[in-house]
Amino acid sequence: MPYKEGSEFFSTALKLLIAGGFGVGKTTFVGTVSEIAPLRTEEILTTASIGTDDLSGVERKSTTTVAMDFGRITISSEYVLYLFGTPGQERFWFMWDELSNGAIGAVVLADTRRLEDCFAAVDFFESRGIDFLVAVNEFDPDYRYEPGDVRGALDLKPEIPVIFCDARDRKSATGVLISLIKYLLETHVDSPSLENGAPA
Amino acid sequence: MPGTPPRGTPDDEHWFDDAAGKLIRPYTVSGGRTEPTMRMELLSMVMATGRPVHNQLGPDHSMALGLCAEATTVAEIAARLRLPAVVTKILLCDLVDCGAVDTRAPDPLADPTNPAVLETILNALQRRL
Repeated sequence: MPYKEGSEFFSTALKLLIAGGFGVGKTTFVGTVSEIAPLRTEEILTTASIGTDDLSGVERKSTTTVAMDFGRITISSEYVLYLFGTPGQERFWFMWDELSNGAIGAVVLADTRRLEDCFAAVDFFESRGIDFLVAVNEFDPDYRYEPGDVRGALDLKPEIPVIFCDARDRKSATGVLISLIKYLLETHVDSPSLENGAPA
Repeated sequence: MPGTPPRGTPDDEHWFDDAAGKLIRPYTVSGGRTEPTMRMELLSMVMATGRPVHNQLGPDHSMALGLCAEATTVAEIAARLRLPAVVTKILLCDLVDCGAVDTRAPDPLADPTNPAVLETILNALQRRL
């Protein structure tokens, strides 16, 4: 088997998902933290089983194309972290099983002006058992909410972190990823609580 | 080397390339095949072996092979080829079958619940601040 003899040359690719409503800044977020300009990949999905009302007036489609923007961060010689963000078409990428299979965790980006836009992502990760946090992308300081307000509006479990960020700012966006990894460590390891407040 | 990926293009422009114009339908590239010959994932790693290829490679296979000079992921190859992931996998499986490319699936030991892996990620991210 060729992959065995060559395996020492290969690093392991790990996956984080960046989800949220349309226009909330997912691709911006990916681009801010990525070491490469974001790339876009597409997949052809069969949508025969989707009960959608969005295609009204259109013949029932058997396939659809879903696009994902992604970036990467080299972690070490052994690991590379890939960040996949959804540019749109929420309800279709949920069908892209391969994308969510094996994901380490997820960031749900939220816009306080349209919090309901990220309900679908929250539901999806909860149903798939993928650990996530909610990062509120602050477009407009006038709409500043408290984390508790967001938590209540999204009906989040108390342990799920809610933090604020600026998806355009590298330190802020990287801080979101750090908060997520800390949360995952807390979730998976019996350790005393780690800080999960706002990123630096 | 393909340039910038298309941004926010409507569905009917997905197969439009700045240089080449309208592109052919995706499964044409794979000769009508819709399933890869082996299991390959978006985050499977692929790398050219450097072994000589005896079969004549078509332009799409040659381009895919050229993008595998260093170890990279199927997702990156697909993005740079501007082909759907499934079509890219079919091309790459052909290259694996003829010995031109090695591949390795994502490491099942890289369990997301593995604290050592998470600590490694955390340290690397903190260094980026």
